[in-house]
Parts: sequence; C-alpha cells; structure tokens
Amino acid sequence: MAGRLKATKRMKNIMKWYYIEAKYARFLGKKIAWITSGGPVEPLIAMNIIPIYPENHGAMIGASKMGGKMSEFAEGLGYSSDVCSYTKNDITSSITKESPIGGLPAPDMLICSNNICGTVLKWYEIQARKFNVPLFIYDTPFVHTEFTDEAREYVNEQTKEYIRFLEKHTGKKFNYKKMKKVGKLSLEAMKLWKKVLETAEHKPSPMTAFDAFFHLALIVTLRGKKVVVKYYRQLLEELEERNRQNIGAVDNEKYRLLWDNLPIWYRMRWLSEKFASHQAALVADTYTQAWCGVIDYVNEDDFLSSMGEAYTRIHLNVGVDQMADTIKKFIRQYDVDGLVMHSNRSCKPYSFGQYDIQNLLQEEDIPVLMIEADMTDERKFSESQAEARIDAFMEVIKQRKKEKQK
Amino acid sequence: MQNKKVINLFREIAENPYDYLRKQKTETGKKMIGSTCAFTPEEFIIAAGAHPFRIFGESESLSGADAHIQAYGCSMVRGMLEDGLSGKLDFLDGVVFPHACDSIQRLSDIWRLNIPSLHFDVLLPVKLDTPLAQSYFVKVLERFRKDLEKTLDVVISETALKESIILMNRMRSRLKRLYELQSEKPGILSGSDLSAVVKACMVMDKQEAANRLAELIDVLETSFTEKKIKRILISGSVCSHPDIYEMIENKGAVVVWDDLCSGSRYFEGLADEDTEPVQAIAGRFTERYVCPAKHLGVKFQMENLKMLIKQHHIDGILFMLLKFCEPFSFDYPDIKTELEKMEIPFLLVEMDRHNEVDEQMRTRIDTMLEIL
Repeated sequence: MAGRLKATKRMKNIMKWYYIEAKYARFLGKKIAWITSGGPVEPLIAMNIIPIYPENHGAMIGASKMGGKMSEFAEGLGYSSDVCSYTKNDITSSITKESPIGGLPAPDMLICSNNICGTVLKWYEIQARKFNVPLFIYDTPFVHTEFTDEAREYVNEQTKEYIRFLEKHTGKKFNYKKMKKVGKLSLEAMKLWKKVLETAEHKPSPMTAFDAFFHLALIVTLRGKKVVVKYYRQLLEELEERNRQNIGAVDNEKYRLLWDNLPIWYRMRWLSEKFASHQAALVADTYTQAWCGVIDYVNEDDFLSSMGEAYTRIHLNVGVDQMADTIKKFIRQYDVDGLVMHSNRSCKPYSFGQYDIQNLLQEEDIPVLMIEADMTDERKFSESQAEARIDAFMEVIKQRKKEKQK
Repeated sequence: MQNKKVINLFREIAENPYDYLRKQKTETGKKMIGSTCAFTPEEFIIAAGAHPFRIFGESESLSGADAHIQAYGCSMVRGMLEDGLSGKLDFLDGVVFPHACDSIQRLSDIWRLNIPSLHFDVLLPVKLDTPLAQSYFVKVLERFRKDLEKTLDVVISETALKESIILMNRMRSRLKRLYELQSEKPGILSGSDLSAVVKACMVMDKQEAANRLAELIDVLETSFTEKKIKRILISGSVCSHPDIYEMIENKGAVVVWDDLCSGSRYFEGLADEDTEPVQAIAGRFTERYVCPAKHLGVKFQMENLKMLIKQHHIDGILFMLLKFCEPFSFDYPDIKTELEKMEIPFLLVEMDRHNEVDEQMRTRIDTMLEIL
C-alpha cells in the first residue's frame, strides 16, 4: 500500500493560510477578487489582489457532503433543482456563511470568464447584484472548429480592458514588471503540473485521478505564485521516487482507467476504494489536465499578449471532436483499458457531447462506462446503481484484458 | 382577405411549418437555411437569396436525440436535434448556430457531427455592452457574410443587404404594431392566434409575411373590444402551448405582451436604414432587449421587465420557463424578489415544449388569475 502522499499535508497547510490571509484581507490592506476557475488570474497576482474561487469552495462543500443541503436551500429561494450546484452552493453560502471554512470573504470585484460555461455569467451577475461590486467579463468566443482572427483580436483587447479595470478599482498602476515574473511562474507551474500528471504514465501509477483532484487546488487558485512552483516540485519528486521504487497508488494495479468530467466530490473515497477493489487505477482525467492543456499557446516572455488565446482554447471551450481527440491522446499516452464518463447534471457543456465522444472513440475499441451524477449534489446520485454499473464494467474490462493477453 | 382567413393562413403555417417550407423550396428553388436562436441575422440569409427560418423542435418523441443529448437537456434543444435526425428537415440546406446558451453550443457540435448540412457558427460575444464587444460583433457578422457567400457561392451586394434590412424592418414593425394593437385593445386577437402569427413569421417568406400582416393590421385597427380586462405578460424563452392563452382568456384576462424568444424578442428593435448595413444589423442586436444568455449589465433583465410592466400596465406575470434552461432560471429568483416588493402577482411554470397542461398547472394558473 502506497500510503498517503507526504505533500498532502503541506497542501492543506498552504490552503489554510491562503484562506486565512483572505479572511483578514481588509486588515492587510488587500483587495479580494472572486474569479471563475478558468479565469485569467495572473494579472490579479501581479496586482497583489487575492483571488478567491467560489468553484474551489463549491468543491470543498461537495467533498464535505454539504452540497445537497445547500442546493436545497437555494431551491427554496426559487433556484431550479436542475441547474448548476456549484452556483447554488455559493449563493447559499454567501447568505448563510455555511461551508467547511465558514463561507468566503466578500469580494471587492468579480472576474468572470465564460471559457468554462455560460452559467458563470449568470452566477456572477447574481453576486454582482448581491455584493454591489464591479464585474469584469473576460469573454472568450467558443472555438467549435477554428480560433478566428477577430476572436484573437477581441480577447487580446480584453486583456487590456481587464488591466484598465484592475487599475480603476485598485487605484494603482498595473505592474508590468511583476506581471512578467508572475507569467513565468504561472507557466512554470503549469509545466510542473503537467509533469506531475505524467508520472501516472508509469506502471503501476504512483497517483490516481483522485489524488489529482486534490492536488489540483493550487494550480487553480494560486498559479503565478512561487509557493505553487515549490509545492509541485516537491510533489513531483515524491511521485518520481515512487516510480523508481515501483510503488503504485493502487495495490497490484492491473487495470488502468481514464476519467472524464468533474469529480463526484461527495463520493471520492467510495469511488476510489471501489475501483481499487477491482485493482483498477484511474490514472488520468480530462478535468485536471485542463490546467496544463494550453501550455503551447503561452509565450513565456510575454504572458499577457498570449493569455487571450490560452484562456480561449481550453478543453471546455472547444468542439466535441477536439475534446474526443484529447481523450484519444490520453488513452494512448496513459495506456488505459477503459473510460469512465461522469454525466454531470450540473455541467451541461462538459456532459452534452459525451455520447458523441463515445462514437468518435469507436476505433480505440475501449469500454466506456457512464455514471449519472452531479458534482456536489448527492441527491442526484444512486450509490447502488453506480456500484452495479461499475462492477459490470469492470467485468467487461477484465474479460477483454484476458482475451488480449491470450 | 378577411380577418379570419388571414389568421387561418398564419395558423396553418405555424402548425405545419415544415410542410410550408418544403413547398416553398419546390416553388422558389431557394436554399433553406434554418436557425436555432433569435440571434440569427436573417438579413444576410435573405440577401444571399436563401430562405431563413427558425427550427422549433417539432418532434415530441425524442428517441433519436436521446442517443446524443442527455435527458437533462432542454426539450427545445433536444427537439431541434430530433427534427434533424429524424428526417423531418429533409428540405434543409444549412443551419445557423448563433452563440447563445451552453446547450445550443453543444447542439452545434453534435449537429455538425451527425447531420449532413451546411453549417454556420456565428460566434457572437456574450457581453454586448462594451464598444469592444460591439466592434467584435460587427466582425463576426462580416465573417458570417463571407461564409454564406463562399458556401452558397453567391455575392451579397450592399444593395441586396440594404433591401433585406428594409424588408425585415417592415415585417418586424408590423409584428410590433400587431402586439401594440393587442395591448391597446386587449382581446382583439386571441393569444394563441397572436402567438401563431409570430411563429409563422419566423418561417414564412418575409415579403409574404409583411403583406399578410398589413392586411391583418388594417382590419384590427378599426376593430374594438371591451376595455376592462386583466392584463398579463408572459416572460421566458418560448411558449408553445396554445392552451395556456385559452385558460387565461377563459378567466377574463389577456396576454397583452410577452418577453419571449418566440414572441417580442423576435421583432423588437429595428436596424437603422441610414447606417452602413452590417453596422446597422449589429446595432439592432446590441440595442434591442436580449435573452439572459447575453449580458447587458447586471440588472438588465429586471429593468427591462419593469419597463414592460409600466408600458403595458401589466397586472400579472406568467413566467414560462423551459425545464433545464439555465440562463432564464438563474435570473428568476432575484426578479421574483423584486416583483414581490412591487406587489405584482406572478407565477412560475416550468415545462417541456410538448408537455400537456395538466390539472395541477391549470389550478395554479387559475389561482393566480383570481388574485388579480
């Protein structure tokens, strides 16, 4: 048994201090910006503004199994039971202050990028009304098949608008020199994160997607800061050491799987143990890869001017066929035996198209399992149904592997 | 032509839009270009010599769509896909997908991968209230124009574009006049007739639509109705339930205006005929009132609703939301709070496109109307 990664404790510590700093931001004379998970955070770091991610908070709420109850509260206010549970968690928490960390510190401004969905636009409009703070929308045109010249110009010009917005609402000049450093650190963190994920190419894999979901927090929230680079370096070392010693995250790993969509936060441990009981490791996933999927678009020496393209071309903002290509690449790269798709009622842009991705994967000839759930609302999940489906799926995989080995 | 006859003509088309379009194609030889949202700049399609129409999702059974979009997709998106997959749109030449909600974006991908037709993604900005977004909007339209020219192998001349602006403006202002007549003389038309007229206009040849509207308006301008009546506004994405209008009318109320994609959002706003055509078309889209998938400031939807309430002396509001529609449903609770402050009665109904209006819903609607 591999045991826990040592880095886990450090990570918890870093996150704890991050939230404590945010809580006392006003005493420290710092401003707080709430920002969407795919949003351009680097200019905030360069301006010494504390970025806060309601989605990360939503994940925490989900992992603490508070999601169903908090969604229900929002539904009592008139929000539909069929819409994004992250949003509902945040709306509830900003009223009741309920959450594993007692709610988020109020924002001074809101930064919303629609590169992950259109839902965040509605979510941030709601919070802009509630907190009566300025909202900046970083609008990233969808790349169905092509990133057009006019879209490139539009996002690049918005980068300038964004900086003017930050200058206006902080009353300070933008620090381009610091931005250069932050940009470099951000890219370095993305590259390290990529290497961390790639350690799972090793058989047995030193980590699983469940580890990735956890260690993702820093690349999401604090990329551009030194502490992130240092942290992922240490994590990478630890994982490489496991590989040298052939220590797998799952005992006697026999089967390797790929995960698609957000985690089912409230059933992480259950799912992890369930798959491990079949000697199956979820070695990679499309979700955490999104934070290093655009490295090639970033210009190391001029982060700002390349930021628009990088943020526009992320996994969720491209056509279904491009998403299928990414999955094909991972199937080969991580040598997986099966694909597990989370059909996530809360995330339509991630989930609609999953059936077509399955069709596009036909030549890969790998079994696919679809689990119906929601990322934080446990009311939308049936454990017995999921269990039966996972068992049946694993039987198919075992059979296939046996046949292949003959 | 008499009033009833014109209305029947509109109704016939609204009830069997695809039969009308199939016949049009045979008669005119025009390319049939469908669209998925009110954000489609139809002027370009007309100027390209093609026939624009709105795909509604006529299918009730969704067995084909089930294999592509999960059951938590809205019935409009799933219905449109079903129409495409099932062969109902056998006359179709191409489809325009303006950037709207997440579901329509994915519908575009799924359509492109499964249904052989010409494909146009119009990558509109999501915010419409900055000069930068407005200038990007113009460039997106320029690209759409070029795409149409290339794909249909035509030239869209400035003259043709100006003419189609004039034509669309004529049709839109007549639709608006019809709505105004209903607001001025409530009950002059039945709500289900008026809703059928708008739907038919989204399908018909625009010149014919404009002509028929003129005939209808002529008759109605001189007609009268009793004045004292409760005035209802319907707000949401689409309302495809003629029963609802009837139920409202049976209770002594009339839908005097709507804020629907299948209603006023289709005709609101005119393109400026004296401006450069592409600019004018973009200008209309960024100035008229929009659906909540687009951003025009954080309070836009609420302010717009208040404006409509005032303008049309609304007594009560019926929110008709499609089940699973995120943009509308996220706006609702804050609007609800505001309406409660204003003490305006309202009711939320969440439905699928082809749901029957059941007893429970009937009772809820009746109860709201009785409060008025």
